[in-house]
Amino acid sequence: MSTTVAPDDKRDVRRAERAAASDRSKAENALGLKLVAPAIVLMLIVTAFPMLRALYLSLFDYSLTAPDDRNFRGLGNYVTALSDPLFWQTTANTVLIMVVTVAVELVVGFAFAMVMHRVIFARGIVRTSILIPYGIITVVSGFAWQFAFSYKNGFVNYWLPFIEDNFDWFGQYSSAMAAIMVSEIWKTTPFMSLLLLAGLAQVSEDMIEAAQVDGATWWQRLWKVILPNMRSAIMVAVLFRALDAYRIFDNIFVMTAGAEGTESISFLTYRQVIEQFQLGLGSALSVLLFLSVLLVAFLIVKVFRVDLAAARQES
Amino acid sequence: MTGKNKALIVVGTILILLWCLTPVAWIISLSFKSQQAITNGSPGFFPADGDGAGWQNYVDVINDEQFRRAIFNSIGISLIATLLSVIIATLAAYAIARLEFKGKKLVLTLALVIAMFPVVSLVGPLFDMWRAIGIYDTWLGLIIPYMSFTLPLAIWTLSAFFREIPWEMEQAAQVDGATSWQAFRKVIVPLAAPGVFTAAILTFFFAWNDFVFGISLTSTERARPIPAALSFFVGADPFNRPASLLAAGAVVATIPIIVIVLLFQRKIVAGLTSGAVKG
Amino acid sequence: MAAIEMKNIVKKYGDGFPAVNDVSIDVADGEFLILVGPSGCGKSTLLRMIVGLEDITSGDMVIDGKRVNDLAPRDRNLAMVFQNYALYPHLSVYENIAFPLRLAGAKDDEVDKKVREASKTLELDEHLDRKPGNLSGGQRQRVAMGRAIVRDASAFLFDEPLSNLDAKLRGQMRTEISRLQKRLGITTVYVTHDQTEAMTLGDRVAVLKRGVLQQLATPRELYENPCNLFVAGFIGSPPMNFLPAKVDGDSVELPFGKVKLPADKAQRAQGKDLLIAGIRPEHFDDASVVDNPDESATFDATVDVVEWLGNEAYAYIPFEAPPEVQKQLTQLEKDLDGESMRTQLVVSLDGASRIQEGDNAKIWVNAAKIHLFDPATGENLTVDAEHAGTVPSDDAMAKAEEAGHAQDDVHVTPEA
Repeated sequence: MSTTVAPDDKRDVRRAERAAASDRSKAENALGLKLVAPAIVLMLIVTAFPMLRALYLSLFDYSLTAPDDRNFRGLGNYVTALSDPLFWQTTANTVLIMVVTVAVELVVGFAFAMVMHRVIFARGIVRTSILIPYGIITVVSGFAWQFAFSYKNGFVNYWLPFIEDNFDWFGQYSSAMAAIMVSEIWKTTPFMSLLLLAGLAQVSEDMIEAAQVDGATWWQRLWKVILPNMRSAIMVAVLFRALDAYRIFDNIFVMTAGAEGTESISFLTYRQVIEQFQLGLGSALSVLLFLSVLLVAFLIVKVFRVDLAAARQES
Repeated sequence: MTGKNKALIVVGTILILLWCLTPVAWIISLSFKSQQAITNGSPGFFPADGDGAGWQNYVDVINDEQFRRAIFNSIGISLIATLLSVIIATLAAYAIARLEFKGKKLVLTLALVIAMFPVVSLVGPLFDMWRAIGIYDTWLGLIIPYMSFTLPLAIWTLSAFFREIPWEMEQAAQVDGATSWQAFRKVIVPLAAPGVFTAAILTFFFAWNDFVFGISLTSTERARPIPAALSFFVGADPFNRPASLLAAGAVVATIPIIVIVLLFQRKIVAGLTSGAVKG
Repeated sequence: MAAIEMKNIVKKYGDGFPAVNDVSIDVADGEFLILVGPSGCGKSTLLRMIVGLEDITSGDMVIDGKRVNDLAPRDRNLAMVFQNYALYPHLSVYENIAFPLRLAGAKDDEVDKKVREASKTLELDEHLDRKPGNLSGGQRQRVAMGRAIVRDASAFLFDEPLSNLDAKLRGQMRTEISRLQKRLGITTVYVTHDQTEAMTLGDRVAVLKRGVLQQLATPRELYENPCNLFVAGFIGSPPMNFLPAKVDGDSVELPFGKVKLPADKAQRAQGKDLLIAGIRPEHFDDASVVDNPDESATFDATVDVVEWLGNEAYAYIPFEAPPEVQKQLTQLEKDLDGESMRTQLVVSLDGASRIQEGDNAKIWVNAAKIHLFDPATGENLTVDAEHAGTVPSDDAMAKAEEAGHAQDDVHVTPEA
């Protein structure tokens, strides 16, 4: 550069310095990009591209049963979807499942975490056991609970004293939903409890003992010391599990196949696309599903003020 | 710790064990009920007298050509997806943990978004695309989405592990006369091996567990993995599922998971918590 | 073995803040040089530029007559001991020490010979098969040194190697490092924030403040002839006392009374109004235990607190300082990573002194040892330039101040 840099213009000076960034940092930049490129490409191929395609297809009346008969409908598919009570009912189901399962898992998972934190015997066995529900195939969990609730071959009716032996859990909406939620909660509580256990491990023992010396009861220590200090762990666990629960599909597919009005939004979308080959309407539902997941994520982050950066210790 | 607290913890521990193991015990118990008994109705936790089937259900399952094929598909697809995903994630995680480059935030954000992505909203377009390019109902058609969806977890877990390796290690190696590649191979890789291994286990779990892609992107036993095969395994009478046979199949499909958990429980816990909480 | 020359070295980070600013230091072949200063002074950055872990923005780094600015660390043939030792946890002690040799492709018998030699020197023989995770702090420290000495490196670099050890071990390792360096006669650059380490280990000591070299001299020169307030306050424990002072003819007026100055010192301070007098605690004493104290060099003061240590005692005497001196002292305290405390005089008394808390005592001061500083620039007006080593320029402190203000403007630049 032939022009002199005005000494009072700090920004220019800095820009010049950046331009003269060392070969080392340039090489580092290039290497970094090279190393992450495969991951980025793969993640985009399977998400961004299909999502854009769904956006496009959702504007057409397009069915695989009549592929040549493809008409532009504009936002027609969205109108159809949003004005169908089925869409709202499945969304309501999904939200209900999400709220109930996450709430129950949070309480049970926290109790488990407290026990595991102080476990005095069989530490290895407890840890192995808790991982079994986590690792088990959801479909298997669904089957196990479906058969367990079955009045014909199951055991639940015989174990629960206030339930008649021939009660059909899958015969009506409320009990069928309960059965689905039991399977979901059983499988995912361990995951929740492990996340909470990690959070619990970060609360310093000294602090709890200090509170004890200061005269706090067990209940006060829990609410005033332990929980506030593992806030970020709790919030991350809630966020992850809530979004996971919102996508519930496997258990419903296996346990009720959507009977008795137990469909979830994922299940409805799947049925439109894969079973009825309605790619146009199905794509509209896909887009709506995606948007609703974003909305749920946004609401959780806003309402609970989840600080993902803090939780991930990123600066 | 007071005696009362001790008692509470013992009770809690027993409750955790019951919670985790009862359904597992139940499905094992169910797998030993005879199919005859299931058809006639055989309520209760354990097989009633005369309802037991011995190993018959397992023999039937193992002899079932479709089931064997599904197990083979699942093992093959999950292993390949795991291997590739871990390699790609290792490179990316190393870059994220160690290098300064533009677009780092983008990768992390993308990974986060994908971890939350509703998979069902993708099956439509993927179904369409895979048919167009001819990988519908093939191993590759499943391996690609499995890789993409396991990358976020693998990248998080691995970058957490990489971050725990002190910077000084690499610098010391450089000062000791190592090239970047030597430093990576002789110092970083051995130190990160447990992390890579953990990421591989978690990735394998995901691929093994997947159901949505399994039923949407396959149509025949050519590529159908075990969860999808189980769900389609209805037997002769669709209204009367062969529960005990299914249970036997479910137990067989769970064995690999249990073996992995038994062998590596410590690593899995470390990986889950570091990836998700500390990351 | 080699000399290291740093010529006008500058390190600027992305935000333009100079972490190291125009530093020139020559390290002679076989010399033990200390880089010392409070955190953020750029000492570690400078060391990392020598070894090649940090880029040099401008200036020349010359090792053994060769400019190495663009060489990768592995091509510089230097050995470094890191603060956290950087031992490879997956390798045994033996393999840790052998690591540089293996990278260089040395034959097994040669590796074995050198490793055993190093382990004998460092008394690590029994631990060769263990993993670093099972070693104590001191043993790890020795393994890290072993890794450095097996190579025929041109120079050793140490980055605060003792800061993770407890006080007792630190003392032992300090002696050990010193002995080893003397025996091997290898050029050594050693970074520390601890002035005791700097004084005891170094042939010469470079004091840095905010990236600017303040003074480069032998420990004795630094102690006796600090070039400015910063160096004076940094070197010595307990630190030098700073008092407001006014020179009037051949005597200086201190908060406790007038003291007669040697003629040359009084001469140099003529024409200045308010000054800061610097007097080390041991240059005071209880007038009653001094033989024939000169009446013109004594004053009376009320002792607030006495700490008796057996061989000596410290007496604390609070005083009031005028605002301009107070401001300078507060700033100095901040520069030295300290907390701003009350202004008080620390006096080192002979163990035989009977002065008690609350006593009104007669204190003698060794007027020949008084330094007088300009409160505006911090410069030592009474410095004996011939015995002060290298003082890069008169305005070293001002330059560091300026850098400090720039830093406050652009915010954080972490000390690497």
